[in-house]
Amino acid sequence: MALNSYTTGPDEKGHFGQYGGRYVSETLMPLVLQVEQEYRTAMKDETFLAELDELNRQYIGRPSPLYYAERLTDHLGGAKVYFKREELNHTGAHKINHAIGQVLLAKRMGKTRVIAETGAGQHGVATATVAARFGLKCTVFMGAVDIERQKPNVFRMKLLGAEVKPVTSGSATLKDAMNDALRDWVSNVHDTFYIIGTVAGPHPYPMMVRDFQSVIGRETKEQIVHMEGRLPDSLVACVGGGSNALGLFHPFLDDRDVEMYAVEASGHGVDTDKNAASIAGGSPGVLHGNRTYLLQTEDGQIEEAHSISAGLDYPGIGPEHVWLHEQGRVTYVSATDKEAMEAFQLCCRTEGIIPALESAHGLAHVMRMAPTLPKDHICVLNLSGRGDKDIFTVAKELGEEI
Amino acid sequence: MSRLKARFDALKADNRAAFVTYIQAGDPNRDVSAAILAGLPSVGADIIELGMPFTDPAADGPAIDKAAQRALAAGASTKQTFEMVREFRRADEATPIVLMGYFNPVFHYGIDAFCKDAAVAGVDGLIIVDLPPEEDAELLAPAIANNIDVIRLATPTSDDDRLTTIVKDASGFVYYVAVAGVTGGKSATADDIGDAVARIKRHTDLPVAVGFGIKTPEQAADVAARADAAVVGSAIVSLIEQGLEKQLPNADMIENILNFTQTLANGVRSGR
Repeated sequence: MALNSYTTGPDEKGHFGQYGGRYVSETLMPLVLQVEQEYRTAMKDETFLAELDELNRQYIGRPSPLYYAERLTDHLGGAKVYFKREELNHTGAHKINHAIGQVLLAKRMGKTRVIAETGAGQHGVATATVAARFGLKCTVFMGAVDIERQKPNVFRMKLLGAEVKPVTSGSATLKDAMNDALRDWVSNVHDTFYIIGTVAGPHPYPMMVRDFQSVIGRETKEQIVHMEGRLPDSLVACVGGGSNALGLFHPFLDDRDVEMYAVEASGHGVDTDKNAASIAGGSPGVLHGNRTYLLQTEDGQIEEAHSISAGLDYPGIGPEHVWLHEQGRVTYVSATDKEAMEAFQLCCRTEGIIPALESAHGLAHVMRMAPTLPKDHICVLNLSGRGDKDIFTVAKELGEEI
Repeated sequence: MSRLKARFDALKADNRAAFVTYIQAGDPNRDVSAAILAGLPSVGADIIELGMPFTDPAADGPAIDKAAQRALAAGASTKQTFEMVREFRRADEATPIVLMGYFNPVFHYGIDAFCKDAAVAGVDGLIIVDLPPEEDAELLAPAIANNIDVIRLATPTSDDDRLTTIVKDASGFVYYVAVAGVTGGKSATADDIGDAVARIKRHTDLPVAVGFGIKTPEQAADVAARADAAVVGSAIVSLIEQGLEKQLPNADMIENILNFTQTLANGVRSGR
């Protein structure tokens, strides 16, 4: 049965259906409850909202353009493809949207230090940026493997005054960075705010990050109506934890005629053990403060994810995505490393835009879908980040030395 | 009567605090771990917390994190943990065993089946560190049905309102996490521990155990003077890592651990 609305969640305890919730140690519970309370108060405070709006415009550079990708559209020969240009934001990705929101909340709560986990480094850079802007101390946890493959972003964070702590536990990637961030937070509850980088973690984070990211979808709606006189037929976004996807989708969830496609990273393929597709290959479980779908063994141990894109290399996904998947409102598909690489190169050559490898997964699905659709089908892809950070990885894949 | 209640009642009659030891099931492998487990009661362990290995122990410090990774690499699993408890029970019917760990392996096993199999194996209580009162309803019912206590945690960040919520459905004992941090890190002062225990006792008649940051016999004695139980984990578990680094024969490593545990037990016994 179709629901009256897909936008009423989560419930007061942070559940989207049976997903989400607050699975954290008791030491963190009072703090998590306090973050929720402060967040709810802040979102009704005109001064807070005005400051957020001002920073969105003057500091991030919002609204980001909605751009008609004409040469790509011609090349694919079907649907009319638009890019929501989140890669043009300050720091080069959508992550700044929720970093600004959360740092304002941290400041409001009187915290003097922020911490973050990062995979590709985009969320780490965004957090280091807003910490510098507001004069807060900043520590970013980053897997040792990711530090190696995302060197430019590591140096950016250092320039911005953040301490980057290499994480060597477990698989030394994003999930392990999140474990270490939680360990730091529990040890520094009094002065530290944890700026989580996706729509996951304990309630209220999945809701809060979604709300701050929803500016993407709200702008898109206004822009497409202005440019085309109607809503789009489809929306496409890549999904790791799922912040950029939910940011684009959420304001459209109750527009029944808008189809939505979230593209997971399937690495070497969903049927291999090297992928990061939690919806396609995962099962329900509890990790990092929420109940969601996870890549895990028969014994409930978390498996290492794999994706060419560090930002999607996570064995879980935000709980609201799982709920939207089970409701059938959003269609979850996947793209392999290879498909993402092809999309990356096509975007560079047809549009003069170097996309993040994360966003290239979304584009890979557009490349599959667009040629099969009529020319009056309007498709919006969230171009969530720019790919400057990925040129070393891409060069290696192409067998070129730089 | 549950083993936990029987044990706490007997210790109370002796005016003695309980000494609670923690090891990780299957660390560094099943055989050595089983030998340590079997030896703990003879060196003064009154209650045993058996850690259930998890890949992502976000509330634990490096010592227990590494223990979990070692155990998993050696093939540890929930089924193996139950088997170890069952074997232990053949020789020891009295020492309570509390399984401590994270929710995902329990959830994935199936909560009802987990509680049933745990009870059959001889488990007395569960501490699930990432399952706060807000989320533990689905564990409480099957645990109670199988006579397993669900032990809840109180921390330095728990105010009086929060304590009311925590003790409401608690059973067995209340575990006071003495420092805001991960296992094996900083230590709290004896005075702070005394104040916290007194505060918790205003909310509940359950015994109060104190853990986190207790590393020496002296610290164990200080806690035993102020609480119903002192819990030591990382300090014991670290000896496995040290033994492996020094490439000690298994028998020597086991002996070292049991000897150290005996000194901690003596500390607890000297506390009052």
